[in-house]
Amino acid sequence: MPNPNRKLFLPTLLITLIFVFLLDLALGSVHIPLSEVITTLLGGQAAKTSWTNIILKLRLPKALTASLAGAALGVSGLQMQTLFRNPLAGPFVLGISSGASLGVALVVLTAIAIGNPMFLKDLGILGDFTLIVAASLGAALTLGIVLIVARRVQDTTTLLILGLLFGYATSAVVNILLGFSSSEQIQSYLIWTFGSFAGVSWNQMTVLAPVVLLGLIVALVLSKPLNALLLGESYARSLGLTVQKARFWIITSASVLAGTITAFCGPIAFLGVAIPHLCRSLFNTSDHRVLIPAVTMMGGILALIADLISQLPGSQIVLPLNAVTALIGTPVVTWIVLRRNSQKSFPT
Amino acid sequence: MSDAILTTHNLAIGYKTSPKTFHNIASNISVSLQPGELVCLLGPNGVGKSTLLRTLSGMLPPLKGEVRLLGDDVYKLPPQELAKRLSLVLTEQVDVGMLSAYTLVTLGRYPHTDWWGKLTKQDQAIATWAIEAVGAAHLAQRNLSELSDGERQKIMIARALAQSSIAMLLDEPTAFLDLPRRVEIMQLLRQLVRDTKGAILLSTHDLNLALRLADQVWLLASNGNLYVGAPEDLVLSGAFADTFRSEGVEFNISSGEFSLQRVDRGKIHLVGQGLEAIWTTRALQRIGFHVTQHTTSSNIFVEVISEPSSVFWRTTNGKAVFIYHSLYELVKSLDVLIKS
Repeated sequence: MPNPNRKLFLPTLLITLIFVFLLDLALGSVHIPLSEVITTLLGGQAAKTSWTNIILKLRLPKALTASLAGAALGVSGLQMQTLFRNPLAGPFVLGISSGASLGVALVVLTAIAIGNPMFLKDLGILGDFTLIVAASLGAALTLGIVLIVARRVQDTTTLLILGLLFGYATSAVVNILLGFSSSEQIQSYLIWTFGSFAGVSWNQMTVLAPVVLLGLIVALVLSKPLNALLLGESYARSLGLTVQKARFWIITSASVLAGTITAFCGPIAFLGVAIPHLCRSLFNTSDHRVLIPAVTMMGGILALIADLISQLPGSQIVLPLNAVTALIGTPVVTWIVLRRNSQKSFPT
Repeated sequence: MSDAILTTHNLAIGYKTSPKTFHNIASNISVSLQPGELVCLLGPNGVGKSTLLRTLSGMLPPLKGEVRLLGDDVYKLPPQELAKRLSLVLTEQVDVGMLSAYTLVTLGRYPHTDWWGKLTKQDQAIATWAIEAVGAAHLAQRNLSELSDGERQKIMIARALAQSSIAMLLDEPTAFLDLPRRVEIMQLLRQLVRDTKGAILLSTHDLNLALRLADQVWLLASNGNLYVGAPEDLVLSGAFADTFRSEGVEFNISSGEFSLQRVDRGKIHLVGQGLEAIWTTRALQRIGFHVTQHTTSSNIFVEVISEPSSVFWRTTNGKAVFIYHSLYELVKSLDVLIKS
């Protein structure tokens, strides 16, 4: 007995996504009319050659990156919220992004130790893969540890505190590494932590896009096990789910998604926590078969909007992406916490 | 018996306390679940009822022996095959976020559906039947978080029913419910087990209901003994009294209830009839009097006077006569009288 209204939501989201995507191509330091954007995308020439260049070389990879990043972080957050049965779980809050940062820091900063700061750039795609693997491993390692702790600790608050502490520990290690680095490297690392969708070249896109799409497909295939896990592990098992196997694949896909995006765009805060909640309220369901496509598109939309805002259209200034996502995300997370508190004020 | 749904033979249950040591809870368990029977598992707190249920459902390996479900070892059955034969309802309250009752019930079809969980016409029909069978059809479109504990428990049972398994194990399904809801759920389960010819095993602390509704009782004692039989058999054999023996509480073998052992405050002579007299007796017993209807050596005399418009109590103690308009007043003054 599906809700008839729900069927209209997904197409609406898709249309919104396309619209925001085009808007992200049109707006920026230089304003390009939407019609010109569409002409360019269809293979034609824009009225000015510079516009064609701006769209194809700068804004298109950036907009694609934003869509992929929003989708990846949102889906990764959704998977973790279900797995931990915790509404505040997400790539950032549980220290997964910190783990990925550590992986990136290790690769970027040890590249200096080898003596060649341009080491990774020289490696090209191989270097990109090194980054993805390092970030994903860092993410998976943190997620694995949090999960082991989570099985012993049932208390949500304790888990969040542990995630926070984990974040501190990893940033401490990063700080130590920074102590041994040149100021130039430190600066590039810091800029990476601000987060940006603009740093991905077409070459890197050939790595980013397939990895993220693969992660999203795995997540979609895991919809059914994720639905069973809504009931908790014992029930999921009684329904015939091999919990260990499902958990392994969920962690893998969540950390590849979050790790890859962190490697290319920096640790982007809040999107991963906020998007699943928005979709749950919008669609009024926890069914992952609806939520994963919804989160994928909603993630793209929100990330593109965040990118639009950070560009401050019409100006030359670019705000740090993380500042923008935090400003969007904080009210959403606050709302979640307050709403849950009012629900839980009379515990059963 | 060959038609048993689930059997155990010389089963020992317990759990690992360290890689080499085991905590043995009970051994030599040889029991069976028969089609169409509701079995209640009773026992004091912490005696290992949940461990037994977990072992029977294949979630925990047995220390010795095996559990056979339709002839196959439950611990070795592939998870999906096991789920088609056995369903569970647990004590834990699940917070599933935003799911309608109907969607939750369809999750019971999990072991029967494809990788995407697509529901066939048959799956939908079974889910609808399950939700109707527990009398919750009107809740189908409601969000689970809006339901009361009793309603939610019904939905969880419907979900287990939708699994189309021949055996259903329930761990204290009525723990969070008020009394009318408990009776309702237990009656429902009894009806279901008759209709489906499956087998239902549930653990409970509700002795009274178990005694009235169970076809069989498994009574797990603190010493690891498992007494099995019709509830009345176990009352007569003294198994109940032995298992639940503790200080200050005794199992009354004639009423099948637990009664408190109280200080003896002597005898009271009660005169009266009808419901008022019955509850006056209860009130007097509550504070430790032995109530008799005969003139005895008791020097306290209580008379219940029922008039069409009012009820009052008259006590005579020696020469003093008092009138009370509620049992509360009566009990309170008798309490003071005895202490002085």
